[in-house]
Amino acid sequence: MTIDDEPELVHEAAELVRPYVITNGRDLVDDSRFSLLTLVTVAQEPPRTQPLDPEKQRVLELCAGGFLSIAEIAGHTGLPVGVVRILVSDLTEEGHLYARAPIPSAQLVDRQILEEVLNGLQARFG
Amino acid sequence: MGSRLALDDGVYLRNSVQTAAKILVVGHFAVGKTTFIGTMSEIPPLRTEEVMTQASAGIDDLRGAPGKTTTTVAMDFGRLTLSEKLVLYLFGTPGQQRFVQVWEDMTRGALGALVLVDPQRLEESFPVMDLVEHYGIPYAIAVNRFDGTPEHSFDEIREALDLLPETPVVNCDARDERSSADSLITLVRYLQSRLN
Ligand SMILES: Nc1nc2c(ncn2[C@@H]2O[C@H](COP(=O)(O)OP(=O)(O)OP(=O)(O)O)[C@@H](O)[C@H]2O)c(=O)[nH]1
Ligand SMILES: [Mg+2]
Repeated sequence: MTIDDEPELVHEAAELVRPYVITNGRDLVDDSRFSLLTLVTVAQEPPRTQPLDPEKQRVLELCAGGFLSIAEIAGHTGLPVGVVRILVSDLTEEGHLYARAPIPSAQLVDRQILEEVLNGLQARFG
Repeated sequence: MGSRLALDDGVYLRNSVQTAAKILVVGHFAVGKTTFIGTMSEIPPLRTEEVMTQASAGIDDLRGAPGKTTTTVAMDFGRLTLSEKLVLYLFGTPGQQRFVQVWEDMTRGALGALVLVDPQRLEESFPVMDLVEHYGIPYAIAVNRFDGTPEHSFDEIREALDLLPETPVVNCDARDERSSADSLITLVRYLQSRLN
């Protein structure tokens, strides 16, 4: 072991601890309201005060441009999906974000969605 | 705003989009999942990382966190806006059995799955087939024939993968948009037929 090995160890420990710190140790949200496909943007009338948490600020800045799915927020920020779910859930509760949950799956709905998916694919690639 | 995160307009969804649908692109290691998603997506494909904590299955836990291990699973995905109101996400989902948690997440609300198979390595698709069947996701098979591989008949593939007669099998070059779109269309038609 040389001294050079040290920073990597520290780095790795920090990586493991990070998601926990960002979310204040909360359990990950298991909520169909905040699934991978929940669509999110900034609220029309957000509170005056900005969130202090830098990760929340990042998410807010990203969402200022328009709607993105939670999966895309995770993809753009590099944060794990579970963490993004919590941040988005908090930010929505605080009034900063507006979340549009995906329509729950039911056969009737699926039938309609499949029809639209097919029409869309054919219009685009047919 | 001078924000480092301010992104190009094309990155965002249209405000009118109301519904997000999901189709999985699954398959064994290096079968062409990422290529397929890159071919079809309107945005540069993105990647999410799920950090999972699991009860340790055995003795390989040397990290001093008794009973727990963390695994990071990466998933690629892409997006296709299909109408004013509808956006389709394509999620590339790894086929390894140890990623069951990810599968539970991914399959929830998925319309169906496109299973990419390499006819040269059919046996590598068995764990993936087990997973899609275990989760009851309707699927179609897309045979991603790599250059220079000898022809395998669909019958051979059907038999090897023990497919139901109604399960669609199509050829697919994951690098080609036309071919990839056709396999998706085949899948969606099949999904529709199951509802009738
Ligand atoms: N000839 C040919 N090569 C392909 C095709 N699809 C993918 N490839 C190549 O196969 C390799 C693996 O493809 P990927 O798209 O990375 O496969 P993957 O399933 O995402 O792999 P993992 O995520 O590692 O499991 C890449 O070098 C691709 O360029 C195809 O249809 N034909
Ligand atoms: Mg890949």
